[in-house]
Amino acid sequence: MSQELRHIPLEDRHVALGAKMVPFAGYLMPVQYTGLIDEHQAVRTRAGLFDVSHMGEVEIVGKDAIAVIDGLVTNDATKLVDGQAMYTVMCKPDGGIVDDLIVYRLAEDHVFVCVNASNRDKDFAHMRQYARGEATLTDRGDAYGQFAIQGPDAQTLLQRIAGIDLSAIGAFRCQFGPIAGHVSLIARTGYTGEDGFEIYVPAEHAGAVFDALIEATSREELALCGLGCRDTLRLEARLNLYGQEMDEQTNPFEAGLAWVVKLDKSTPFIGQQALTELKAAGPGRRLRGLVVEGRGIIRHGHDIFVDDQKVGVVTSGTYSPTLEQSIGLGYIDVEHAERAKVEVEVRGRRIAAAVTKKAFYSRK
Amino acid sequence: MVIPEGFKFSREHEWAHDQGDGTALIGISHYAQDAMGDIVFVELPNVGDALEAELEFGVVESVKTVSDLYAPVSGEVVEINDELEDSPELVNQSPYEGGWVVRIKMSNPEELDALMDAEEYVDYLKESE
Repeated sequence: MSQELRHIPLEDRHVALGAKMVPFAGYLMPVQYTGLIDEHQAVRTRAGLFDVSHMGEVEIVGKDAIAVIDGLVTNDATKLVDGQAMYTVMCKPDGGIVDDLIVYRLAEDHVFVCVNASNRDKDFAHMRQYARGEATLTDRGDAYGQFAIQGPDAQTLLQRIAGIDLSAIGAFRCQFGPIAGHVSLIARTGYTGEDGFEIYVPAEHAGAVFDALIEATSREELALCGLGCRDTLRLEARLNLYGQEMDEQTNPFEAGLAWVVKLDKSTPFIGQQALTELKAAGPGRRLRGLVVEGRGIIRHGHDIFVDDQKVGVVTSGTYSPTLEQSIGLGYIDVEHAERAKVEVEVRGRRIAAAVTKKAFYSRK
Repeated sequence: MVIPEGFKFSREHEWAHDQGDGTALIGISHYAQDAMGDIVFVELPNVGDALEAELEFGVVESVKTVSDLYAPVSGEVVEINDELEDSPELVNQSPYEGGWVVRIKMSNPEELDALMDAEEYVDYLKESE
């Protein structure tokens, strides 16, 4: 990752709108506006707007575009149709996770990939190194602003400035269309556990689109949201975060991502051999959900115990505004992964937590 | 934010309010609660615990962050604000009143003189910006 500070296109606007800004993945990003819990509840009950322009984008263009991406990721990109998206991981030859991605098939010869901001440079280098086939890979991270409009009212609100019928875009589908007159990639995807859209807007029009959306909606209808509630929302929905639940020392099977590994797909892919062996051997630890019983908040790095034995570690922990209780994710050694309860050590004190395989929150 | 009269502040953003009977209430400043964001847990000491000025005596957690509480003055805990167990958000809503954390019997009331008054604290905040 570059040490140089990068800037999202609308940094000044967020400051002017009263956002608290923090450095994140090399960018100065809004972490909250009015308050994390308020913003969280707005997304769960109405809608929220996130500027996630720090996210990276890579475009793959050429006759082998689909084959190139299919050789890099674990999920099966050949099954995608035009305008369809899929979640996947990209692995090293040893099966360790380089990053998790959303892959959009725009056309037979055009693939659009959304990558984590913190992994942008690493991902692009990895993709260039291992890409096989006739296609051009371009780092387009600076070419787009990205906004997430999330929550039950997202479609209604975004429709006010959209030039196409958003109800025609199904889950994990995308379409190009004008937003406030500027052609953008509009995808029905998200990272909050709610219905909603992620829109990729050419960077030079990001300000105009953002302003139009703010103008067309009240803050009661569409709350400005920061990265703070993005984290509590994704954790309640049990969505992994790279750098916490996943890293290069983690394989997709232990991370609960076996469903995105298609070992028998038609294209040979990076990590296939190692992942085949890892699957046969079975994981030594498993990612589990934790719900604290009683007071206290579990955090990243806290140890997990069964009696006096350390059996794992918390990867993400926070306070869940929906459950009004602390929740988290953590790795538990496989021989203890089926237990109903464990203890987490918080500042020298043990607190009890129920172990769950389910999401903490699922939208109705 | 107008800071009420009689409050004294530490560099760690705790306040002490002399109650005139040998005890002082202790809490965190408006600035501190605002910087932390939504507070969701306060780990309180026990009644009878001895606190020493500038040393940790508890923890405040917001959704995103964990911060230690440092005693602005020394003394014995004679009362804890147990409302914070069910309503830690009182620290956000009312940092100088309903969100007080502990009452201590001061062992060395002169320590109050070493703390900043409201005006000095406002200057201190400006300097640290």
